[in-house]
Amino acid sequence: MAERKKMALIAAQGSLDWAYPPFILASTGAAMDMDVKVFFTFYGLPLLKPKIKAKVTPAANPAMPMKMPFGPKGFQNIDWPMPHAITGVMPGFDTMATGLMKKTFKKKGVATITELRDMCVMLGVELIACQMTMDVFGFEKEDFIDGVTFGGAAAFLDFAAEADIQMFM
Amino acid sequence: MAHDDEIDCSGMNCPLPVLKTKMKIDGMAAGSTLKVITTDPGSCQDIPAWANRVGHEVVETGEGDGKFWFMVKRGE
Repeated sequence: MAERKKMALIAAQGSLDWAYPPFILASTGAAMDMDVKVFFTFYGLPLLKPKIKAKVTPAANPAMPMKMPFGPKGFQNIDWPMPHAITGVMPGFDTMATGLMKKTFKKKGVATITELRDMCVMLGVELIACQMTMDVFGFEKEDFIDGVTFGGAAAFLDFAAEADIQMFM
Repeated sequence: MAHDDEIDCSGMNCPLPVLKTKMKIDGMAAGSTLKVITTDPGSCQDIPAWANRVGHEVVETGEGDGKFWFMVKRGE
């Protein structure tokens, strides 16, 4: 068999929508016999906490379709015109949008972030927490799930330099 | 077609069919055949791509009643 491919990912965003790509690619890459390391930095760090509380904010995503996950098909296909000037300041709007997105994902058979992260751990993906941003945002090693490793830019680049795939998310 | 085991990934979306199939086939003997059933149209590209990458062989595929199926022969 060919030599194992390597994939190096950087997860710098912690919102619900941006939490998916690194965990989907990391788990699938590991399933495809790749050695995978994901470097969690800045807002990606909270994705390593036992309970993931990632939310999605429509105000920061102007192109996000605003659709309902229930009701007749015609109703579900309506893209509700929500002015961002309103959604950005309305209390509870992000929580509602997050709930709707999670409901849609579940209905469409998409795994939760936690399930995908469990798969990553099971398949041997190395999850690295950025030491510098841990210090900046006040995270301790005990704040994260078991198995997380810790490192900095040089440690990541040392692996990335030999990797076949490198992506920043 | 005869197969040794079966996994039903109906209702699952990307990347779950690939992940579940990988975990299932890892526990099977080399040369044995796993039947994978899916409903995700994306799996029609994903299952063969995964199998090809890791050295398994998709020996037969088919679809009907809104489902797709793949016969995956485990490599060495």
